[in-house]
Amino acid sequence: MSLYAGERAPGDDLTPVRTREQTLSAFLVYTAGFALAIILTAISFWAANTSLLWPPGVPLGLAVLAIAQMGVHLVFFIHITTGPDNTNNVLALAFGILIVILVMVGSLWIMISLNANMMLPGPPGDLMNLHMQH
Amino acid sequence: MSTTTVFGGEPAFAPEVSAEGPAPKRIVVAFGFWIFLLSDIVMFSALFATFAVLAHATAGGPDGAHLVNQTRVAIETGCLLFSSYTCGLMSMAVGARKTAAVYLGAAVTFVFGAAFLGLEISEFAGLIAKGATPERSAFLSAFFTLVGCHGAHVTAGLLWLAVMMAQVATRGLVPIVERRLACFSLFWHALDIIWVGVFTVVYLMEIRS
Repeated sequence: MSLYAGERAPGDDLTPVRTREQTLSAFLVYTAGFALAIILTAISFWAANTSLLWPPGVPLGLAVLAIAQMGVHLVFFIHITTGPDNTNNVLALAFGILIVILVMVGSLWIMISLNANMMLPGPPGDLMNLHMQH
Repeated sequence: MSTTTVFGGEPAFAPEVSAEGPAPKRIVVAFGFWIFLLSDIVMFSALFATFAVLAHATAGGPDGAHLVNQTRVAIETGCLLFSSYTCGLMSMAVGARKTAAVYLGAAVTFVFGAAFLGLEISEFAGLIAKGATPERSAFLSAFFTLVGCHGAHVTAGLLWLAVMMAQVATRGLVPIVERRLACFSLFWHALDIIWVGVFTVVYLMEIRS
């Protein structure tokens, strides 16, 4: 593992090599995240197929499971923490989430209310088809 | 907790973090790459919104419930999730300076990422063979754009991983290679987060509708 001359930039530092204990605890964190992610994914696939649940509630449940799994990935894989060295990352994430919510909720809200106000003939389910197919 | 984070080094306890001077370069680099990833996620949110709006605009063509092969989606999801896990184990091996384990983690990550991509390509080929092409309906245009954009990211990630392994082989785990590997693992984990949204919104909710 040679360090080439001139390869180090200012502020560059070698990360200290991790001890055995640190490596073991990192392994446990990744494995716990992987197990949680598998469980949440399995519940999602089950919920989408089962007839045990009240059908209109399933999409909401799927959304909750997806958001929970995204949280698991953020914490266990990407290591977003509340530590002081992570403040900037958390702030950027919060801003990103704000924009994502504005884009998705805003688009759906506008398009659905646009469709609802179109007053086209036919059953309600057809409105979106008529409006959106071109 | 004493885990070393992808974002950076040993946990800082001091309230006077800023008094320690400028942050190490690996933390600054990871922060910059995190900003890029968030902008990428914002772009994906526009594609998700487009898909959700157009999901029922099938123009008399096939709808999602008739096109989705759920077993294939479950296998794809498992492949990507497992490759995200092994990618984490790879960055763990980088932290412990175990070059052989880095290669092993990278190889497993690459194989499962490529398996995911292969399944997705065969799904697309099957859809096109059935006449469900992107130009058939607004729903299919939105479907191919969203899922295809994620697939393009996975392809880029696989190329990046191959390049990184070449750099580990020729230069060793020097700081600059280490930072690039940290950015790669952030990228790969972020792709898995986006896939969670894809399989929920595109595949599972479509089956219900």
